[in-house]
Amino acid sequence: MEAVRDAFGKALVEIGRHDKRIVVLDADLASSTKVTYFAAEFPDRYFQVGIAEQNMTGIAAGLALMGRIPFTSTFGVFASRRACDQVAMSIAHPRLPVKLVGAYSGILSGNNGATHQAVEDVAIMRAIPNMVVVDPADAVEMSQVVKAIVEYDGPVYLRMSRDAWPDVVPPDYTFKLGKSVLLRPGDTVALVCSGMMASLCLEAASRLERQGISAMVLHMPTIKPLDIDSLVEAAEQTGCVVTAENHNVIGGLGSAVAEVLSEFCPVPVKKVGLQDTYGECGSNEELLEKYGLSAAHIVKAALEVLERKKK
Amino acid sequence: MREKCLAPDSATGQATYRGEPLPAIAQRIRERILTTISNARVGHPGGSMSAVEILTSLYFHVLRVDPERPDWPERDRFVLSKGHASSALYATLAERGFFPPELLSTFGKINSRLQVHPDMHKVPGVEISTGALGQGLSVGVGMALAARADYPEGRGRPGVRIYVLLGDGECQEGQVWEAVMAAAHYKLDNLTAIVDYNQVQLSGPVAEVMEVAPLADKWRSFGWAVEEVPGHDIEALIAGFDKARGIKGRPTVIIARTVKGKGVSFMEGKSAWHGKPPDEQELKLALEEVRRSWKQ
Repeated sequence: MEAVRDAFGKALVEIGRHDKRIVVLDADLASSTKVTYFAAEFPDRYFQVGIAEQNMTGIAAGLALMGRIPFTSTFGVFASRRACDQVAMSIAHPRLPVKLVGAYSGILSGNNGATHQAVEDVAIMRAIPNMVVVDPADAVEMSQVVKAIVEYDGPVYLRMSRDAWPDVVPPDYTFKLGKSVLLRPGDTVALVCSGMMASLCLEAASRLERQGISAMVLHMPTIKPLDIDSLVEAAEQTGCVVTAENHNVIGGLGSAVAEVLSEFCPVPVKKVGLQDTYGECGSNEELLEKYGLSAAHIVKAALEVLERKKK
Repeated sequence: MREKCLAPDSATGQATYRGEPLPAIAQRIRERILTTISNARVGHPGGSMSAVEILTSLYFHVLRVDPERPDWPERDRFVLSKGHASSALYATLAERGFFPPELLSTFGKINSRLQVHPDMHKVPGVEISTGALGQGLSVGVGMALAARADYPEGRGRPGVRIYVLLGDGECQEGQVWEAVMAAAHYKLDNLTAIVDYNQVQLSGPVAEVMEVAPLADKWRSFGWAVEEVPGHDIEALIAGFDKARGIKGRPTVIIARTVKGKGVSFMEGKSAWHGKPPDEQELKLALEEVRRSWKQ
């Protein structure tokens, strides 16, 4: 169990050794996003831009136009909100291969409170045409995601948790962009998640099993484009779905899932996530509990959709 | 390429392109801008006309570009940060041979390659899509950082240079100053910015809407070399670009004093012509005036 951001920082160095196109731009958050490793090894390919996310995003576009694959390093709140127009107009519209790293995803921002909690970053990025959105679950997956998004020739928003979360993907795991991962089979209810919520969903599934309920855990690290086939299959198999996201329930994974299912397989859906509110300070455990994102909340949501399925 | 158009005319000392004086080309570009916008019933004549000599100097003398190879890696890059002046850029690219001038009649129409704000994937010679103001200089900074590493000046090579054209109203955008700060910090002497200082924006005079003056002092205080030139004087512009090429250790901005709607008396200095296409009668009058002025 390694912090997701540490895995990111190391993976970036690893790929940077083989691929000279990789450059990193940092808006004075290298020690938080762990691009410090890259900066130490490749000072010529590391650009400190200061506290200026809009400019950083534009500079990344310019570097991409000259054949580079830039990673921009900042918090999710700044990548998505502060530099939104630059992301849309200088990166996404011209389809440039810039990888935007949004660190400290969701409400788990190292006790920095609402200003640093990215509760709408996925909604913003998902609504931007040409943008791919990835939200890895653990350190193992993150290492693979870095390679995969470098291979993908286009803009990517990479959501990154701050802390360590239990490893959820199997050791022989291979991440494929746009593909979901079945973490646990089950046939009564499907728990659909992204990011660190995967480990909470696995815990919820264990608790449900003790109540005699077989819960599937379907992890969707790529929120856009969503793995529609697997999602519809899971909904058909289980007949009801709980989504779990460290994000506002408007516009994020839950919305993406509901959009697909309402069209292709309308089953009862319950969205676990922030209920259209900002967060506050507190420990990770306190925040998950207060804002309704804990394993217990996922269990409760599962029981609720199961009831609705019976009607 | 630049070699083809470098030499000034031996008799007059004036810059020419394939034997033609650059002011003659500039006037033809003006005619094309007016016709294009009038035909499309959309576009920005004021800020396009003010940028004509700047673009003519760049594309017919300064820039090392090759219309036959728009993706030539060692070309100079031009970024039209003030994307609203697309009709001026398109007319210039067409004159320079990047695409047939006939395409100009599709400007702003459905399925056209010529979007009202330029799209890099649709037009050869357009380096980056622009239109949301304030973003081009940052892109230029990124290009210049990479160009300095990949194509530095020296060993008989001129080095790849980056040029970014901004509007004066555009300098009200905060991102511009983030980029100005960064370019000086990185000592990007292969980057030249140009401000089309026409002093008028959509709602009225820049000085009334939100004063940007003293513009030269601002750029200078951020660490840039500043050249103030009369922006419709091609020889002065070329001299400014030549000087910028020689300045080392910091970027240069050419502050070009221009006239919004330059060349058409009823448009000059008027914010009303910021984004208004001339109707048929106005076009006729405007074209007559533009043609007459060159013959004089």
